[in-house]
Amino acid sequence: MAGEFGNPEVVEESVDILMIGGGMANCGAAFEIMQWAKGTDLKIKLVDKAAMDRSGAVAQGLSAINTYIGTEQDPADYARMVSNDLMGITRDDLAYDLGRHVDESVHLFEEWGLPIWKTDENGERHDGSKGLTPLKDGGKPVRSGKWQIMINGESYKWIVAEAAKKALGIENIEERIFVVKLVNDKNDPNRIAGAVGFSVRENKVVVYRAKAILLAAGGCVNIFRPRSVGEGTGRAWYPVWNAGSTYSMAAEAGAELTMMENRFVPTRFKDGYGPVGAWFLLFKAKATNAFGEVYMDKNKDMLNDYPPYGQAAVPASCLRNHLMLKEMKEGRGPIYMDTVTALANLRETLSPREVKHLEAEAWEDFLDMCVGQCGIWVGENIEPEKKNSELMPTEPYLLGSHSGCCGIWTSGPTDVGAPTTEDHAEKDKIPSHLPEGWNWGYRGMTTIKGLFTAGDGVGASGHKFSSGSHAEGRMAAKAMVKYCLDNDHTPELDTDVDTLVAEIYQPVRTYMEHKDYTTAIDVNPHYITPKMLQFRLQKIMDEYVAGVATYYTTNAEMLKVAEEKLEMLKEDAMKMRAKDLHELLRAWENYHRILTAEAHMKHIQFREESRYPGFYYRMDKNFVDEENWKCFVNSVYDKNTKQWTCFKRQHYDLVDKSKLFK
Amino acid sequence: MPTFVRTEKCDGCKGQDKTACMYICPHDLMKLDKDGSDTGHAMKAYNQEPEQCWECYSCVKICPQNAIEARHYADVVPLGGSVQPLRGTDSIMWTIKFRNGTMKRFKFPIRTTAEGSIDPYAGKPEADMSKIEQPRFFNDENGYRAGDPSELIRL
Repeated sequence: MAGEFGNPEVVEESVDILMIGGGMANCGAAFEIMQWAKGTDLKIKLVDKAAMDRSGAVAQGLSAINTYIGTEQDPADYARMVSNDLMGITRDDLAYDLGRHVDESVHLFEEWGLPIWKTDENGERHDGSKGLTPLKDGGKPVRSGKWQIMINGESYKWIVAEAAKKALGIENIEERIFVVKLVNDKNDPNRIAGAVGFSVRENKVVVYRAKAILLAAGGCVNIFRPRSVGEGTGRAWYPVWNAGSTYSMAAEAGAELTMMENRFVPTRFKDGYGPVGAWFLLFKAKATNAFGEVYMDKNKDMLNDYPPYGQAAVPASCLRNHLMLKEMKEGRGPIYMDTVTALANLRETLSPREVKHLEAEAWEDFLDMCVGQCGIWVGENIEPEKKNSELMPTEPYLLGSHSGCCGIWTSGPTDVGAPTTEDHAEKDKIPSHLPEGWNWGYRGMTTIKGLFTAGDGVGASGHKFSSGSHAEGRMAAKAMVKYCLDNDHTPELDTDVDTLVAEIYQPVRTYMEHKDYTTAIDVNPHYITPKMLQFRLQKIMDEYVAGVATYYTTNAEMLKVAEEKLEMLKEDAMKMRAKDLHELLRAWENYHRILTAEAHMKHIQFREESRYPGFYYRMDKNFVDEENWKCFVNSVYDKNTKQWTCFKRQHYDLVDKSKLFK
Repeated sequence: MPTFVRTEKCDGCKGQDKTACMYICPHDLMKLDKDGSDTGHAMKAYNQEPEQCWECYSCVKICPQNAIEARHYADVVPLGGSVQPLRGTDSIMWTIKFRNGTMKRFKFPIRTTAEGSIDPYAGKPEADMSKIEQPRFFNDENGYRAGDPSELIRL
């Protein structure tokens, strides 16, 4: 039976394990899970709001795999790097565990057909189609940094998705299904029972009952007013379709979030947001102010204001921004990547053949993952060997897999020395239903029984990138099988299906009820378009919550104003309209953005210091306070009262960080 | 740099219900205008929300008619340049034209195996259920890094 726009078909389905999102994390989970589930009769299903071949953050491709440990580094080295880059507050258990597993996924990518650059015995580099020894058998990758390796990654996602789809079986995958809400269990509010969503292709609402869910639907983009506001709005640095669905759905289900105050403000090539890593690390380029001064040298002393994080061999990312922002604020912009000098220096030692290869490498870096940057270069006649390119810090992004660590509080491994109790001064302020310590049963499980996450969803870690997200999905997959074998209950939804369906299609009903009240479809006092709602959200966040408008500054007073405005925005979100299924998709994405933005604001408000100088500054608390705030800030959301509760959790080092500063 | 569809080249994927670009777009931007009521061009696809386009080129690369190109976003980029790929089974060819007429061409590998040839579990072991609560995956690809236990200071 086909539904109608105002009256959708309702499809109910019971599975054991539901995987939400088809990006790297769930592609990893799909591969791992079917072997563990063999012979168990577990019914497993994956839904994706897009098409797996090109969904998630790797849709466009990548020019590097940013996490490959190799044989010469220890997982502890990796955990140290992650910690320092995120100003000391990360979960070493999660980073260490990821570090010891991640190369397994990279070796699979190569087996499946991903071309990985290699260095030959003469030190010359070759692209990944040359058939040199695979990494698995000791082949030497081309390092563009301590942790990064170069690839020909245009089809990276296509390849990884092919393996995932084959593993899972096409009959267990449904694309263009946007899950918008999780449902708790009727008999236990701290257990997951299912999820609801809709098809963006037909008038259909889907209601899933599931024992375990792997929620891995990416980070959050476009909660802040972007620097480009016309057609360029779409050219977000992180994928524009990452709408905070992971964080908001988990929060509404009652899962504990962590470090939602953290954000990432990448410094990238201006307007196209092309990657800078290869330019800095592979081509050895320097970033300068308008007068050719290298700000990382010139302003080096500013790093001493933030011990010890500024004093590592590679200072934290936010501090590098901090040094650049000084130049911008004091009027010595634009900031440039000095590509001309870098390429000239390299030409001095290379043969003409190698120079030609070098030029291709520079272009491939963009073409593999950020074609838009090439668009800027050709439009502005920029050839990097002849003309330098501007750099710019972007609008803020929320994510847990790249150089950020916001996300969900997740159960870690039990064999690396993680704490199992809480013993700090404010432990009484932690809501009593939440677990103590860093592991409470199943790897990758949130504080809601049966709800797992991976990739951008796992907070307080970061720097997993594509490969780490894949590996993290695999770890969660294994634990979910174990969870289902241990917990043989029948999930019961705490809300009846009719209510859930009505809620999901409310924007459609609002539209149909009121559309003829005015003669102009977009201007109507009874509803707000998802687009205008997004503009309102972006304006609030930009102006009060440390966006680009205020050079990333805020204070308690500004946050108080934001709080009030966001509350009204959240109320008005109930009046969003959807004139078609495409707009229903946008309506729910923006609802997810609002909740994610609210969490970000509440956490910044709670943390009375400026932990990430260069990413945001609380000007009323413009310092890093190691004594009082070297701790996690966590929160839970009550979907009934719509209120957040923030609290502290103690930080512990599981590996020795002093080694970074020797 | 939103993508656009060339009227003369798009064949609406020969009257199928869903076009290749609709299938692939990660952000649900491409739409088939079945009766021409949206665009005046019946049975041809168009980008319904250009200001949400990430320029990921998924639609450009998949279009069987090579009917989709990108016009760099008008609020940022001067007119006249173009960046156009031709994606094959093992490599991708890029033709790059600058505003001033300079041309560049690049060809890069995209995969070393035949499309559709992955057999994920071929030659892989069964999972050992007695190890389900331990670290490591069901298979071993010589990439597990056990680490120096003395680095873990709370053990």
